[in-house]
Amino acid sequence: MIRRRTALLSAASLTIAGKARAQKKYAPGITDTEIKIGQTMPYSGNASAYGVAGRNQAAYFRMINEAGGINGRKIVLISLDDGYSPPKTMELARQLVERDQVAFLFYPLGTQTNTAIQKYMNQKKVPHLFLATGASKWGDPKNFPWTMGWQPDYHTECKIFAKHMIANIKDPKIAILRQNDDMGNDYIGGFREGLGAGWEKMVVADATYEVTDPTIDSQILQLKNSGATVFMNITTPKFAAQAIKKVAEIGWKPIHYLVSVAASVGAVMRPAGIENGQGIVTAQFAKDVTDPRWATSPDYIEWKAFMDKWNPTANQLEGSNVSSYIVVHALVQVLKQCGDDLSRENIMRQAANIKDLEIPLLLPGIKVNTSPTNFYPLRTEQLARFEGDHWTLFGDLISADGT
Amino acid sequence: MAALARSWATKPGIGRVALLFWFGLAILPLVGSVWDSPSFDYYLFMGQSMLIYAISVLGLNLLIGFNGQISLGHSAFFAVGAYTAAILMNFGGIPYWATLPVAAVVCFGAGFMFGFPALKLEGHYLALATFTLAIAVPQLLKHKSIAGWTGGVGGLLLDKPDPPFGLPLSADQWLYYLCLAVAMLLFWIVFNMLRGRSGRALMAIRDHAMAAGTMGIDTALYKTVAFGISAGITGVAGALSAITIAYVAPDSFTLQLSISFLVGLVVGGIASLPGCMIGGAFIVVVQNSSQSISDWMKETFSLRYDVPAWAIYGTLLLLLMFFLPNGIAGGVVAVRGWLARKFR
Repeated sequence: MIRRRTALLSAASLTIAGKARAQKKYAPGITDTEIKIGQTMPYSGNASAYGVAGRNQAAYFRMINEAGGINGRKIVLISLDDGYSPPKTMELARQLVERDQVAFLFYPLGTQTNTAIQKYMNQKKVPHLFLATGASKWGDPKNFPWTMGWQPDYHTECKIFAKHMIANIKDPKIAILRQNDDMGNDYIGGFREGLGAGWEKMVVADATYEVTDPTIDSQILQLKNSGATVFMNITTPKFAAQAIKKVAEIGWKPIHYLVSVAASVGAVMRPAGIENGQGIVTAQFAKDVTDPRWATSPDYIEWKAFMDKWNPTANQLEGSNVSSYIVVHALVQVLKQCGDDLSRENIMRQAANIKDLEIPLLLPGIKVNTSPTNFYPLRTEQLARFEGDHWTLFGDLISADGT
Repeated sequence: MAALARSWATKPGIGRVALLFWFGLAILPLVGSVWDSPSFDYYLFMGQSMLIYAISVLGLNLLIGFNGQISLGHSAFFAVGAYTAAILMNFGGIPYWATLPVAAVVCFGAGFMFGFPALKLEGHYLALATFTLAIAVPQLLKHKSIAGWTGGVGGLLLDKPDPPFGLPLSADQWLYYLCLAVAMLLFWIVFNMLRGRSGRALMAIRDHAMAAGTMGIDTALYKTVAFGISAGITGVAGALSAITIAYVAPDSFTLQLSISFLVGLVVGGIASLPGCMIGGAFIVVVQNSSQSISDWMKETFSLRYDVPAWAIYGTLLLLLMFFLPNGIAGGVVAVRGWLARKFR
């Protein structure tokens, strides 16, 4: 506190002296030696599987700090368990901002949980950066200038699938299975937009399930009986594995599209049976670390070395260990760009000023770009088909505008 | 349990300690004018949560502690109260304070209706029946047919109210006072109700239903009304929670919440009104600090693995149940009795 005040004083005196050059501006939680940031994560509860992301990032910051930090400042990550419950997230966000005095929130996880705090973060003018959710509503700088999403959103992804179906399948009869929540709704919104007027004609079955359901067997049977030839599978990992298995079991042979959140080799394709997953199509923006093709690429080797040394107890097949690693690089870039002006305004300004940033483990050619009007850092994906025991990319990079 | 209730229920008037306690809570926000810290609003917000949980525990205590009916479904009534407030504010344009009585009435109705089938069920069976309520409600809230009103899975965002009449209070100070006023009113109502005939009837039913019936108590009526009032009180807490957090979503009202109420009830002290306040504070403080204890242990003993926060929470609960089987309020009464005997 005292240090911050001194820093402010010296900054003020510099301004008075008219030497505004290289002055230091600090948000709460930032000193000459430290950057304090906050995060909420579901370490317990229904979505606790995602908690590995927070642990992995804590490990990454330990590594950075060991090497001297960013511009001489160490990163202190306060990552708290919200159990995936929105009121808890609200409580923790207030704790982080008001009591712990963090500079900003980084990669808080969950759609409902982030919805609960979005208004608060914007009222307080505290950066709400790179959210770990694929909902499409996070890129709205006009109404929420302090909130920025991260990954390619569900809406965009399903639009890409719809376009691909129309272009490549003759007279598709589509069956949809989707989770009845924000994620499912967002995906289906993009799908509807992608099919356009074709929706009525092409979609022959549309089944939903609850995330608390034990199985989805009856839905799969219902979809098969509709006579569909294409299966749009909008599920989360556990259900995706069940669906793939069941589809094979009942001898249904549709052209199978699987959303990227469920396209993990370790968590879905292996449990479902490698032979059952052949030919399934998904979309990716990150390298699949189980794919032997990347085994010799320098970024994979670097990631592997990091995981082995700094996070040795983690399961390296879990996708969250890759996505959480990728997004940390974007944050490091933003903080580097800020230099010594670490005010909340400048952190947000720099977050909205990322130009063609290449990050390890992103697919070749995918770059991170933001601007004051574009709060979607990643909007490009590439389609991949499951062949053998890994995803094989095909086609070109596809971005939101359909190029 | 009964001895605990007798200790205050038979004394005339409100205890001096209770008066001092409520007075202390009322002047608490004024600390903010002396101690100028940005984190003070956060502590007030925690205070609001504690009061809200205390009210929920009060509702549950009335049912379990004083009437002997168990419920694992109070998160459902909490949810109904929260959604009633949210929908009225969002679509009806009704001011936030006016939603509280409506939430009370709606939840009383819901609880009263549920009280009828509950009459046929006792003990474990009632626990299971109410359990289904807690499981079903979050999913029903997502259902397509009412998604237009409930906001479906996305929930409803509300506006946080500002203090009225140009009072020189921050939004959090004002909401704290709102919660405090509602809590005082409800505690006062329950306090008076329990000390009268109806209170004795409720407790008689708990202690021996058949004997109570023989004495001319309409057990069915008392039990359903107790269920209704209990649900109504918890519903008001739900409405307050919607107002203070300014957001409702189905995921906020899981079975976990019901369990939290139950834990607060047991830890605070069954059939004890001060116990409700202790339980409310316990829910907020201990769930938050188990994470800090876990971090502290990891750092202090330089452990390689995380100590799971929930394991610490569980250990704490076990220790509490072992050493204070009647809850913290029961423990206080026991210590006071011991001291009185020692220094007589």
